[in-house]
Amino acid sequence: MKRLLLGLVGAAVLSLAAAPQAEAQQPKRGGHFNFAISAETPQYDPHGSDTYATLHFSSPFYSTLLRYNLSKFPEIEGDLAKSWTVSPDKLTYTFTLHDGVKFHDGTPFTSEDIKATYDRLRNPAQGVVSNRRATFADIASIETPNPTTVVFKLSKANSSMLDHFASPWNTVYSAKDLASDPNFPRTKVNGTGPFTFVEHVKGSHVAGKRNDSYFKKGLPYLDSYRGIFTLQAAAMLNALQGGQVLAEFRGVSPADRDRMVAAMGDKLRVEESSWTLNLLVLFNTEKPPFNDVRVRKALLMAIDRWGGSQGLSKISTLRAVGGVVRPGSPLATPEAELVKLPGFSKDIKAARAEARKLLKEAGQEKLKFVLWNRNLAMPYTPAGIFLVDQWRQIGVEVEHKQSDTGPYIAAMRSGNYEVAIDFSNLFNDDPTLSLTKYLSASKNPLNLARYDDAEIDKLYELQLRETDLQKRRAHIMALEKRLFDQAYQQPLLWWHRIVLSHKTVMGWKMSPSHNLGQDLAEVWLNQ
Amino acid sequence: MLLYTLKRLLLTIPTLIGVAVLVFFMLRVVPGDIVEIKLRGDGGNVTQEVVDQERKRLGLDRPLIVQFGDYMWGLARGDLGVSMWTERPVIEEILIRLELSLEVAILATIFATLISIPLGTAAALFRNTWIDYVVRIITIGGLSIPSFWFGMIIMLTLLALFNWLPPITFTPIYEDPVANLSQLIWPALAVGYRYCAVTARMIRSSLLEVLAEDYIRTARAKGVYEKLVVSRHALRNALLPAITVMGLEFAFLIGGLVVTEQVFNLNGIGQLFVQSVSRNDFMLIQGMVIIIACFYVVINLAVDLLYAVFDPRIRYGN
Repeated sequence: MKRLLLGLVGAAVLSLAAAPQAEAQQPKRGGHFNFAISAETPQYDPHGSDTYATLHFSSPFYSTLLRYNLSKFPEIEGDLAKSWTVSPDKLTYTFTLHDGVKFHDGTPFTSEDIKATYDRLRNPAQGVVSNRRATFADIASIETPNPTTVVFKLSKANSSMLDHFASPWNTVYSAKDLASDPNFPRTKVNGTGPFTFVEHVKGSHVAGKRNDSYFKKGLPYLDSYRGIFTLQAAAMLNALQGGQVLAEFRGVSPADRDRMVAAMGDKLRVEESSWTLNLLVLFNTEKPPFNDVRVRKALLMAIDRWGGSQGLSKISTLRAVGGVVRPGSPLATPEAELVKLPGFSKDIKAARAEARKLLKEAGQEKLKFVLWNRNLAMPYTPAGIFLVDQWRQIGVEVEHKQSDTGPYIAAMRSGNYEVAIDFSNLFNDDPTLSLTKYLSASKNPLNLARYDDAEIDKLYELQLRETDLQKRRAHIMALEKRLFDQAYQQPLLWWHRIVLSHKTVMGWKMSPSHNLGQDLAEVWLNQ
Repeated sequence: MLLYTLKRLLLTIPTLIGVAVLVFFMLRVVPGDIVEIKLRGDGGNVTQEVVDQERKRLGLDRPLIVQFGDYMWGLARGDLGVSMWTERPVIEEILIRLELSLEVAILATIFATLISIPLGTAAALFRNTWIDYVVRIITIGGLSIPSFWFGMIIMLTLLALFNWLPPITFTPIYEDPVANLSQLIWPALAVGYRYCAVTARMIRSSLLEVLAEDYIRTARAKGVYEKLVVSRHALRNALLPAITVMGLEFAFLIGGLVVTEQVFNLNGIGQLFVQSVSRNDFMLIQGMVIIIACFYVVINLAVDLLYAVFDPRIRYGN
């Protein structure tokens, strides 16, 4: 049985290797595509959302100014922008827009729509939620000299600005719609994307059909699609096996992959990638004894990430060992440097001896505490159990408390916890996004460890303004070292993304983020 | 009878007010804030100012007593309010799912009734024979096998044998009866098995009791055919406790099929209940509790009225 399974996994991996050849086939136009969405968005507006559920729902209806070229990730390409230039001082971004683009209601798209969209993102009207307000704080003004040109002027150089423009969350809306109701996109859809909105049956599905006026000629290939909400993994896998859905684009666990490979054999395509998500170990630095850096450091040093990665990657979506930037991405700390940082040593015996020494010095040899965790099976539960075992090995007794999201967030926000497992939900590898999490609590709502550290804030600002890549890397590594030396919070492991689809589904591109590439414009069915 | 029914219906008003008051205040004790979950649950970088704005927009910044007054005034006008998660009317959210949940409950009840009455009767009439043993094994299986597990077995069997699965999106029966039934018949079977087992056992024990009554002996002594003794005299009486159980089971099926709905990917009231609890969507939870309470009240009344149909000794309103 084991051999059979291994054989099938092998076959699937080989089929993945053969995928590029298949992708080279001539796309076929037409057909209806059913895919699974494993969560349902409460509203339609990506500006006010951080859940992939909104993007998997809304992306096919919208365009963005720029986007990532997933064949060459993290390279950026134009979407509504035909081309762009950046001034030498990095303070002016000028975009030339595609001509002849229309919204689904027939309204012509112009630079005024870009201005209205970005004004909403950076300075939302009363009652409008924009989760990207801080992201675009450096934009001083937006000018529209003609209908196909838009100019962004920045108050300060920002090394992440192009990545921000390529964010999938910045869907472009019609200025006319926003003028009639600034919250129009929360409940209604009118974009310039490859598909037009057909219906949303709450709790069931969202449906779209081809936008025949889509500005990219020949696209999309599909006639129509239906994104079916399958909230339970078991139901989704059954539906995939039974052919009621042909793909799910967020990701599944290794166990689910193996089950499906065994059940579907060569009908299934398996695509894998490292993932722009991680779990973090977080200390409430206001609560004794976790206000003592020795205690925090001891607990981080006791974790055998390298060994844990091997075990956890077999049963969960956790895999890669890395620092504050996704391992393998351009600005990530190389492994040779990473192992020198507290918590990343490969000599776990020595690290644990040092951890015991630190606990003794702090008078915490019989430390007991509660580890807060979210009540989500994958990968939070295995991560929590792993940590309990790691800390047991230095004599620390831990109670693992898993809680629903509501009480969990309430505990984190009120500081009514000691140690917790937190997460980072990123869509790219740009360090500004991932480092925001570590800024001082007084200026950053994402910091749940409740510390203020001026040095971290300074290094963050330096990397943000630095346009030289090598110098920027140095600032990032310095920030990482400071963060781990102070042991406020630290990534436990980075996730590994596994996407399953029927081999008849073509043209979809795998990437390290489940938030990217969901407009379905190039997806076609080979049947 | 009419007066009795009206009185019972009037009594539902204080019952529902009690339910509304209890659920309103109990939910406010639960830790967690829907705005935090909505804006920061997925790691959103949202300032406290935005969170406060959203709380204000949803009316969560108002004193509890004002929120309560608003809620009760809405209820008095038949308005269950707006879901704080989707910002759509609660009644709309519930009605979309209610059709499916009701249909599963009705199909399961039909299945349970059609199977349980002959099974329970046969087991009682052939007590301690192989027929009784077989029925007891089947019913113990129904009681001990969780419906969701049985549902999974049904799904996997369909996949393994026919490489086919029921549809995973709902089609109303008036649009396409085949598509509708091919989706809902399986969950109805899965939950109906347990339902059938409970009822069959109830009928068996009740019928055994009734068959030992004096009036049955009298009927037999008069020479009434055994079939008539059982169907006309014994079974009608024996069905009374079974009807009570069936009524309660039916009401339970409206909102209690959480895991079974997940297994079959059904967009029903049970799933909505769990989702709204995990999101602290108070308005939606309150609305669902009220609707389900209404179902319990109405079904209990219907069961009480049915008693009079089956047992001529029972007369209401005299």
